[in-house]
Amino acid sequence: MKRNLFLAMAFAAVLVTGCKSTRNSGTADLPPPPAPVESKAAATADTGAVASAGVVGDDASNEVGLPAELVNKRVIYFAFDSSEIRAEDRALVAAHAKFLAGRGDVGVRLEGHTDQRGTREYNIGLGERRAQAVRAALGLQGAKDNQLSTVSYGEERPAAAGEDEESMAMNRRVELVYGKR
Amino acid sequence: MIDWKKAFVALIVLLSTSIAEAQLKIDITSGVTDPVPIALVPFIGSSMDVAEVVQADLVRSGRFRALARERQPGTPTRAADVVAANWRAAGTDYVVVGRVVQIMDAAVAVDFELVNVLTGQRLLLERLVARSGAMRNAAHQVADRIYEKIIGAKSAFATRIAYVSVDGAPPAQRYQLVIADADGEGARVILESKFPLMSPAWSPDGESLAYVSFETRRAAIYVQRVRTAERTRVSDRPGVNGAPAWSPDGRKLALTLSSAAGNLDVHVLDLQTREYTRVTDDPAIDTEPVWSADGSTLLFTSDRAGGPQIYRVRVGTGERPQRVTFAGAYNARPRLVGDGQTLAFVTRDGNGYRIAVQDLRNGAMRTLSAGRQDESPSFSPDGGTLIFAARERGRGVLQTVSVDGLVLQRLKSERGDVRDPAWGPFSP
Repeated sequence: MKRNLFLAMAFAAVLVTGCKSTRNSGTADLPPPPAPVESKAAATADTGAVASAGVVGDDASNEVGLPAELVNKRVIYFAFDSSEIRAEDRALVAAHAKFLAGRGDVGVRLEGHTDQRGTREYNIGLGERRAQAVRAALGLQGAKDNQLSTVSYGEERPAAAGEDEESMAMNRRVELVYGKR
Repeated sequence: MIDWKKAFVALIVLLSTSIAEAQLKIDITSGVTDPVPIALVPFIGSSMDVAEVVQADLVRSGRFRALARERQPGTPTRAADVVAANWRAAGTDYVVVGRVVQIMDAAVAVDFELVNVLTGQRLLLERLVARSGAMRNAAHQVADRIYEKIIGAKSAFATRIAYVSVDGAPPAQRYQLVIADADGEGARVILESKFPLMSPAWSPDGESLAYVSFETRRAAIYVQRVRTAERTRVSDRPGVNGAPAWSPDGRKLALTLSSAAGNLDVHVLDLQTREYTRVTDDPAIDTEPVWSADGSTLLFTSDRAGGPQIYRVRVGTGERPQRVTFAGAYNARPRLVGDGQTLAFVTRDGNGYRIAVQDLRNGAMRTLSAGRQDESPSFSPDGGTLIFAARERGRGVLQTVSVDGLVLQRLKSERGDVRDPAWGPFSP
């Protein structure tokens, strides 16, 4: 790896930080791009070096033509400490599977989440189990494996900030994030 | 195939506001019943109040109480000028005096003396040399020397911590990776992201942090040089890449990977050859590895028996992991003290998740914290203290507790939610 490449990329990285978010997204309801980053003063390596990472969310349900009745039903909720899809959600999972089966050009990322109880990395494991449970159910009902990917955020990206039972129930979930393959 | 060449750097000037947001404030929650009385006399020769920083460190340890300046009978700067009887009368057992001398353009010497006024004996006369810009660190080192001399155990005032700070409400959170002095001062953000950052781990030489970032909307493990912000993506396999833990020699990372079916197992990544070695092979969740000091053994969390418990396995032997924790239905995220005899972890206790320690020689377990959601314990390098994350009125705070359970402190962030602390090693 070439060391001197880093220096050149350092300034390039500052320039692209702001654009990354728009380049990767296509929908209108996105959070605003990150605030412009101050880069005037000479940063001393000792006190001013900050790396920057991250882009914004990217569901493209509308672009891929997900039926309107499913666009706002892209979250499957789970009981505490469980990765079993509840009886009342099976029809919803089946509807998503049916859409995917008919649209080989569309993929879905299954994002697994937990509530905040328990340790963080162990919760990554629990979130992965939930995402895999939805993956298996979609696969059994016609979605192809190459349309499906999983990521577990554990307890790191709650949907609700509260610590009451209602908020925690909203956080135990798998989100279906659609995109073109 | 992993794209090893994809490493990048961003040098961005940090806005002063994010420094202020990241700053932690410390409260002492409890201390020992009979703290040692000591007087820190103002040092001469420095615009920074060295004695005040030393005093704050010692008092925060819970093992000292300081004689207020207005009650000090004089302002000596040398041990020879300390009139022992006057200081005894003021109610102190020890007096610290000192002087800061410019010795080069950018370097100073901090000369300090510790006097036992009960015996009249001078216990320390030392000179520390520091860069002019590193006076706080020099003051922390003075505190370490005094603590060690009087208490007879090592302290870790001159060390650093790393933690994650989160700002903003869901779904628009902003995640920051922060490093700070062990007293919470001097906080600076070394990475910012709109996607989660977690599990920071210090390299044994204190030069780098390994951590998990979801910036690509997948989990990947990065290693970042603290000084330069140069970062390398070291593990980017499909699925989970989590829970990095440096081997004691700094050459390997133990980490968690998932199979295509989503099963988590512990692996070891050699940072030179970039080869992975599988350590566990079980359909359960196996994660949160930590190394023994000699690098021969890993402890980790596994729910192979139903709920999460802690197991131990010798690396490279292929032997069956041995279960280590038995009390209670939830024991996870182990950390080991340097001598390998004390294990710290998270235990579920009634309705709460608490920090516990277990003596590995006899299995005796003790719960050290009393919160409802305490997690992520990390040992100070001297092994005497644990820093951990707790929740307080819906916000994340950091706390420390001495391993004997006597001294509890809270490090509170002005804003944001702080979590996932990691205590760095002693500086070389």
